[in-house]
Formats: sequence, C-alpha cells, structure tokens
Amino acid sequence: MFGPLICKPGASRNNKTGPWRTESRPKFLKKNCIACNMCLIVCPEACISGVGKNNYDFDPDYCKGCGNCAAICPKQDIEMVKEEGA
Amino acid sequence: MKELLEGSMAVAEIVKLCKPGVISAYPITPQTHIVEELAQIVADGELNAQFVNVESEHSAASVVLGAVAAGVRAYTATSSQGLFYMAEVLYNIAGMRLPVIMTTAARAISAPINIWNDHQDVVSLRDSGWIQLHAEDIQEAVDLHLIAYKLGEDRSIMLPVMVCMDGFILTHGVETVNMPTQEEVDKFLPTYNPPYKLDVTNPMTLGPLVDPEYYMEARFALNETLKEALVLIPKINADFAKAFGRNYNGLIEGYQLKDAERVIVAMGSVCGTIKEVVDELRKKGKKVGLLKITSLRPFPAAHIYEALKNIPKVAVIDRALSLGSFAPLSAEIKAVFFGKLKQPKAISSFVVGLGGRDITKDSIKEIFRLMTGKEKQGEFIDLKPELLKESYE
Repeated sequence: MFGPLICKPGASRNNKTGPWRTESRPKFLKKNCIACNMCLIVCPEACISGVGKNNYDFDPDYCKGCGNCAAICPKQDIEMVKEEGA
Repeated sequence: MKELLEGSMAVAEIVKLCKPGVISAYPITPQTHIVEELAQIVADGELNAQFVNVESEHSAASVVLGAVAAGVRAYTATSSQGLFYMAEVLYNIAGMRLPVIMTTAARAISAPINIWNDHQDVVSLRDSGWIQLHAEDIQEAVDLHLIAYKLGEDRSIMLPVMVCMDGFILTHGVETVNMPTQEEVDKFLPTYNPPYKLDVTNPMTLGPLVDPEYYMEARFALNETLKEALVLIPKINADFAKAFGRNYNGLIEGYQLKDAERVIVAMGSVCGTIKEVVDELRKKGKKVGLLKITSLRPFPAAHIYEALKNIPKVAVIDRALSLGSFAPLSAEIKAVFFGKLKQPKAISSFVVGLGGRDITKDSIKEIFRLMTGKEKQGEFIDLKPELLKESYE
C-alpha cells in the first residue's frame, strides 16, 4: 500500500494559498511609485510583480497579507486595506 | 558450490552476486570484514559497482538512499553505534519507500563501550519501518540477503530490509557455505526496476514536506505494507526453496514443537545452541522445543499464536533490554496471547548474553530447568552478583 509519497513539480504554484490570508490585503495606489522594487524584494511569497512606475501589483492567489510591502514602501504608495467580505 | 568461508566473506560474496550498482559503508567492528572484502571485489573489477568511501555512517546511509532513489540497487552494512548514527536516515529510507539492503552485525551499545554481540542495536531500530530478518547461521545469513533483495524490491512492498547477523559469532565464524552461482542468482533475482525514481526527464520530489492533511496516510500505508510483507515473505521463501533446495519459512521456525511442554523463543545464532540442547534433552525424554523468530519486523503474531497456543510453558530469550520496562521480545510475545482463548500457562522472560557474554549449553539448560517453576519476569541468566554494589562509596 502506498500513501502520499511523491510530489510532481509545480506543487507550490498549483496549490493556491491565498485563502490563508489575514483579514487585510495590500492596495497598490499607483500614484507615487518610483519603481524602486523594494516591495517585490521583501515579499516572502514572491507574489508581487511589475515593471516601471505605478505598475506594481500583487497576486491574490498567493498573498498572505503580511504587510511587508506596505511597510517598506518609501513613498507610502501601498496601504493595507480590510479584506473584502471579512 | 560448497566453500569454507568466514561469515563476512560469505556475505560479501552473495552481495557481489546480487550486483548492486552502489555500495557505501563506513567501517565498524564487527561489520568491517564485509565491506573491506566488497571494496576489494570492486577494486579487482569483479563487480561493476561504485564503492563510495564516506566519512560517517550518516553519510553512508545517505549515499545508498540517493542511489536507490535514482533507481540503482545499493548495499550498505553497519553495526551498533554506526547503526544509531544512521538512524535518522534509516527512518527516511523506509518512509521514502526505498529498498536499501543492509547487513547489521548485531552488537552491544555503549556505555560501557563493548564491541561484542547482543541485539540491543537492531532491536532498538525495530520501529524504523525496515523489514528486519535475523539469521541463525552463516548459510541463512547468505540466503537472507538474496531473499531480502527480492522481497524489498517487490513493487508491492518497496521497503528496506535489514539482515541481522550476530557480530563475531556469525561475521567472524567459519562455516561450510553453499554459495549459489551467478546464473542461479540472476534467475531468482530480477534486475531492479522501480515504479518511481529520480529522473531529469520526469522530475519529482521524494520525501517532501507534508502537512497534517497527508502525514497519517503515509504512515498508515507504511504500516499496512509491513503487514502485507507477512504474506509475501513465506511466498518468496517457497520460491527460494524451489530454486536452491534450502527451505526456510521466513517468518518463524519451529523445532520439536509438536508435543513440546517447554519451548524457548529466541532469535539469531543462539538458536543453534538451543537446538543442540533440545536434541540432548529429547534423548533423555524431556519434551522441549524451540521457536525461532526470523522476521522481527514485520512481527508474525498470528503465526506465533498458532505455533505456541498449545504449549504449556514458554520462555522468551531477550538479548536486549527496553530499559525500565519489560524485555522487548518477551513483551511482544505476551501481547500475542493477551485476551486470547488459548495461551500458555506461563510465558517467562529471560535476559541472556548481553555484550557478548557466552550463552552456553548450560545457560540454556538452566532456562529449561527454571521453566518448570513459577513464571519468571526478566530474569538475568549468568549474571555475576559479585560485581554489583548498592553504592559507590
């Protein structure tokens, strides 16, 4: 008999962990962004992407709502907002 | 072909015939001769294998884990402290369902340091998920390796197998051994063809992190597979008997049980001594017998029940301790009978031969004599009370 034994590649992409999120999520205001990339670097889920000013956003399928991106943003251009429906 | 061989040389020879692709081991008494000889065999070009020298047993076990995960037959051997140093990896090998075959030269555990034979090392690893087979003599040790590869690599089982042979008594003893030919081995043992392996064209992760949603099922399946091995072991032994003419049941072996009134239960090389004593006492009209446990894991509880249910007095010999509790094998034999309709009137427990203290025919006769009295609980045989004192002042 065999139980769970083997993982095929892509398991962390296939398993959407967004529902584990806290009751808040980041809101990218896209007004004063200077494209410093800090939010992308500190995101522990590596779920922030973007190129150029005022173009960054997060992927709600994987974001846990930790708030690191909002805390690091030198332009206060990301704020944490209450999760919809929470 | 019959040859006069040291146990270690005989094991090295049968491992060579099983054609592992990777061998990795770290030397430790009394296992050293086995891997020394295999290193020589590989260096001489008699076996097309990679012998990986490592800095520790932890690494040796890791190397064979990786080799089998990559789809290669592998072999290692160790003993005592080395087995304990491997322990973390051994649980992983079983959990990852990789049929590594390992010889364990059973030896005592420190402290005090002691290189001689008992079963404390192997018995301590009984919960690791490895199949554990115990050899009585060198011929059986040789044959069990062949059986171990066929059993562990069976696609329904995929489990590692530990072949336990008593340190020095079997590893350094010399016996006439009937060594199979390469053709016979090739016919009995198919090439290793695993249902899963690490492969760049079909990537996968073995031994991933699983959360509480998955862990219990993995362990349940491991436990069930060990129970399934209880069915397969006698079948493979029957195949072995057909091919080689030596007949082991593979789980247990009864000796003079039919009308026996007193039976000793034991594992390993001491069974040979017990058989001699049984023969001597039988000649004097005493109805005595032996039940040898070959497979400690999986534990053949139903077979033991059938073998002993009508025996009035049973004594279990342990060559290991579960410190602070009942002697380990005796506790399991008693568990077989708890709440059962038929059971022996007494199941005594004796501890003998720790750290290589000789178990003589007189020791066995003493046990048979003590069995006529009241049930004994963890009684030490051949203990020297003059070495014991209540305080160290």
